[in-house]
Amino acid sequence: MGRPQRFSRLGRRPRSGAAVLPYLLVLPTVFFVAVFTLWPTVRVAYDSLFLQNEAVQVPQFTGLGNYAALFADPAFRQVLFNTVIYVIVTVPISVALALVIALALNRRLRALGLFRLAFFYPAILPMVSAATIWLFMYAPGYGLVNVFLGILHLPGQNWLGSPDLALFALMIVGVWKQTGYFMIFYLAGLQGLSREIFEAADLDGASAIQTVRHITLPLLAGMTLFVTTIAVVNGFETVDQTYIMTGGGPTNATTMLLFDIWQTLFSFFDLGKASAMSVILIAVLLIFTVVNFSHLERRATYE
Amino acid sequence: MSSSLASPSSSVPRGAAVGRLSLRLHRFRLLDASGVLVLAIVAIGWAVPLIWAMAVSVHSPDEPITASNLWWGSKPTLSNYAQAFQIAPFAQYYVNTILIVAGILVVQLVTISLAGYAFARYPFRGQNLLFFLILLQLMVPSSALIVPNYSTIRQLHLFDTLVAVMLPYFGSAFGVFLMRQTFKTVPRDLDDAARVDGANWLQTLWHVYIPPARPAMVAFALSSISFHWNDFLWPLVVTNSTNSRPLTVGLAVFTQLGEIGAQWPLVTAGTLIVVGPLLILFLVFQRQFIESFLHSGLK
Repeated sequence: MGRPQRFSRLGRRPRSGAAVLPYLLVLPTVFFVAVFTLWPTVRVAYDSLFLQNEAVQVPQFTGLGNYAALFADPAFRQVLFNTVIYVIVTVPISVALALVIALALNRRLRALGLFRLAFFYPAILPMVSAATIWLFMYAPGYGLVNVFLGILHLPGQNWLGSPDLALFALMIVGVWKQTGYFMIFYLAGLQGLSREIFEAADLDGASAIQTVRHITLPLLAGMTLFVTTIAVVNGFETVDQTYIMTGGGPTNATTMLLFDIWQTLFSFFDLGKASAMSVILIAVLLIFTVVNFSHLERRATYE
Repeated sequence: MSSSLASPSSSVPRGAAVGRLSLRLHRFRLLDASGVLVLAIVAIGWAVPLIWAMAVSVHSPDEPITASNLWWGSKPTLSNYAQAFQIAPFAQYYVNTILIVAGILVVQLVTISLAGYAFARYPFRGQNLLFFLILLQLMVPSSALIVPNYSTIRQLHLFDTLVAVMLPYFGSAFGVFLMRQTFKTVPRDLDDAARVDGANWLQTLWHVYIPPARPAMVAFALSSISFHWNDFLWPLVVTNSTNSRPLTVGLAVFTQLGEIGAQWPLVTAGTLIVVGPLLILFLVFQRQFIESFLHSGLK
């Protein structure tokens, strides 16, 4: 019994020299991932344990000192708060809107292409350009947002200049930018659903709302989890709007984690703190990116 | 929706059922009409920022923008575009962006094909461990690593070069995974036949595995191009001159020039110089672009 098996295994074995080949094939990818993902992850964790800023000549070991200093700092706590609020508000709104729009577009509709284009085009613009346009939309006086409020007889607001409104203004840009992207995924998901189940629901006299609630939504649950994960991770990485539209102000109202990392390193030259903040960001993202593993198959299908 | 409602009416001849159905049909149509109206209003709202930017970009700089003169003004002009090109080297930024995006894509296509092939078809020791290490890239997004990666670029003396912008993206875990999955669907018999005909591994990869993987590679290319074309923070961190700045960073520098200030016609012209070609490309290839999303979803 054993012999023929060994034979066939021998027969399958790749030709001479092939033992090294697979390692050579994966080498470039392993190299770049090691140098720009694995090693820096270790390095940033290590650097976060040292005081390294303009005040010290040589890096000083401080253990978790940078973390303690960060969490004791009300400004940093506000940054965390801003980031979390941004994610909590923008993610459900853009995912829900994407679903509603996809449902509305998922039928024979005149000018369907035009509708799809209107919702999808923000997704292909660089965030920097989108933020520049919105900077103008929010301009006091003649910005379209205030002009529109004027038509409704509502008072105009200093959107980006008011600490209470600025973060909200950035959220609107975020929702506007990414809803169309998520809509595309939902449209794909809807097209993959079988027609028969909807025809059966029709025959049973289910209303449109019942059909959506009891059939469409459950069938799209996997897609919703997938889209939500992308949205949450993107949300925590939000930085371009802040850089272009507010520079983090007024009084830190729009400073989010990634922007703070950037400014801590490049404006305050505090490598230790910037590293500690990076570790915090990585830790938060890990909670959600772990889900990426279970979603790989889906991403491979849809992207 | 209406077609799926109408079809049962022919197979259910009883009067009551038909009556109920036509009533529901009617209600649906009403809902439909008002729904489409709401949809249209929302869609216009979504499109307004771009339309307004286009209008203002041809607003004559001699006319102030006011609440009563909001759009293209009384004498539309292209002079804002000419001036924007004069103030900032947008052509150079374009070249930089194209070189960066193309450079990343070409290297990625090579690295992911090679690694995907090895993981799909060569059993080797440590395979699972290496695959896992590569997949870790999906868990630690590169934007969270700008601090240590900036130090690496400094140590390699690559600061302010195009290569610095590209380097961290040459390896792609997602791409490797995608190619591995795609290559696994190629029948082994084809591989064996090629080997019998005397093809070496590279010829086999090129003639047997790459052709059926083309749709997956196009989809990967589209997402890679749009991600790196739009990338901002990393190039902001590692570039510092006209020679290496991509469009995104160039636009940010342009809008923050003191002399630009609140000259909105100029700012919107600059913005449209950056997004215009992208939008035109998207309009021309919209079908392929969206289809490549949708089509792969139909599998």
